[in-house]
Amino acid sequence: MSEGIDEVLRSKLQQQGVWVTSMQELYNWGRKNSIWPLQFGLACCAIEMIATAASRYDIARFGGEVFRPSPRQADLMIVAGTVTKKMAPQIVRLYNQMADPKYVIAMGACAISGGPFKQGYNVLKGIDRYIPVDVYIPGCPPRPEALLHAFMELQRKIDEQKLSGVNKAAHLDSEQPSEFPVPAFGKHDLEPPANPDIFHPPKLERV
Amino acid sequence: MESLEQIKARIEAAVPGAKIDIVTNGAPSQQHSLWVDNEHASDVAKWLRDDPALRLDFCSNVTGVDCLDRTEKKTVKVKKIVDGEEKEVNETAEEKIPGYLEAVYHLYSMTHKHGPVIIRMKTQDRAENACLPSLTPIWRSAEFQEREIFDLYGVKFDGHPDLRRILMWDEFEDYPMRKDYREPDDYEYEPTPHDVVLEKAKQYYPSRPQSDGAEGIVEGSKPT
Repeated sequence: MSEGIDEVLRSKLQQQGVWVTSMQELYNWGRKNSIWPLQFGLACCAIEMIATAASRYDIARFGGEVFRPSPRQADLMIVAGTVTKKMAPQIVRLYNQMADPKYVIAMGACAISGGPFKQGYNVLKGIDRYIPVDVYIPGCPPRPEALLHAFMELQRKIDEQKLSGVNKAAHLDSEQPSEFPVPAFGKHDLEPPANPDIFHPPKLERV
Repeated sequence: MESLEQIKARIEAAVPGAKIDIVTNGAPSQQHSLWVDNEHASDVAKWLRDDPALRLDFCSNVTGVDCLDRTEKKTVKVKKIVDGEEKEVNETAEEKIPGYLEAVYHLYSMTHKHGPVIIRMKTQDRAENACLPSLTPIWRSAEFQEREIFDLYGVKFDGHPDLRRILMWDEFEDYPMRKDYREPDDYEYEPTPHDVVLEKAKQYYPSRPQSDGAEGIVEGSKPT
C-alpha cells in the first residue's frame, strides 16, 4: 500500500474514473507479477517444481511461468533439492550472475538444512550458509501447493518493498551486497564452511 | 550353475599358481564368495568371463569394504603338566589382524542367465600399499565403480584407464567411507540433535544464563 494517499479519497476518485497510484505501487505491482525463475533443479524437489509449472498447478497464474535457462534473465532462484558440497560453489556463482533484484526460495528439507542427509559428508547443511534466502518451504518434497504458497508469500514480500527511505529494498541500497563470495574446494570441506556475514544460526540454549 | 568348490578347482587347474579361498558368509543369504590373490586376479577374472560353462560376462556391482586393525581372541585347548599330572587347559591366544581394504565384485552371466558369483580382493594394508589390480579391462562396467571405491575408500586400482575422484572434488584428501574418517566439525546449529550428533553439538552450547542460580554447575568449570 502506498503511503500518503487517503484511501477514502482514492476510492472516491476511482468511482469518478480517476485512478491514483504511486510510483512504488506501480513498480512493485509490475515486478511481483512477472517473477521469472531460473530453470534448474537439483533433486526430487525439482520434479515437484516441474509439476508446479505444468498445467494442473499452473504457476503461470502468478506470472512465474517463464523459466529462464540463463541467470542473466532470471529474478528468482528456486533451490529445489539437495545441495551437495561439490555443487554449492556453482549455485553461489549462478546467484552472483543473476541481475538485481533477485530472490531465493529454499525448497524442501535439503535446501533448508541438509534434510535427511544433514550428517552426510558431502551435503551442504542449508543453502542459507552462502546466499540469503527469502522464503523457506519445508517438506520432503513439498507439494506444488506449498511452492505456490511460497511464491505468493514472495509476491507479498515484494509488494511491501520500499523504493526509498531507510528501509528501502536491498537491491536499491548500494551498501547491500548483491554478490557473495564463492566457496572454494578445500582439503576436507568447503572453505569457508559458511559465510559469516549472512549465516547467523540462532543460539540454542539447552539445559 | 556349479558350486563354488567346483569353480575353485577349475580355476586352480586353468590358472596355474592362482590362490583361491572360499569366504563363507554366515548371514541368512549364504552368499559365499571367492577370495582371489592380487597377482592372478586379472587372469582369473578373464577365465571367469571366457569359460564356456560359466561365461560371467556381466559385472553388476563393485563394492569396497574397510576392515580396521583388530585382535581376535581364540581359546585353544592345550595339554599341560600341572602338579605332575597331564591336564587339558584352556588358553586364550590373541591374534592381531592388520587392517586391509577389500573390493567385492558381483558377477552374472547374461548368456546363461545365472549368478551371482562373488569375487573379492584384499589390499596388503590401509595406507601406501592399498593397491589392487583393476578389472576394468575385463569388465568395462567396473570403471566408474572402481573410481568410486578409489574416491571413497582410497584403493588404487593398477591398470585403470582413468582413475580420478568421481563424487568428491579433486582437491579433497580424505576417504569418507573409511571407518576412521572424521567429518568436518560443523555442528554449530543442530535444532533437534540426538545420539552422536547431540554429543558433537554440545560443545557449541552457550553456558547457562547467570540469572537462574545454576551458574558453576557446568561440567569442568570451577565455582568462583
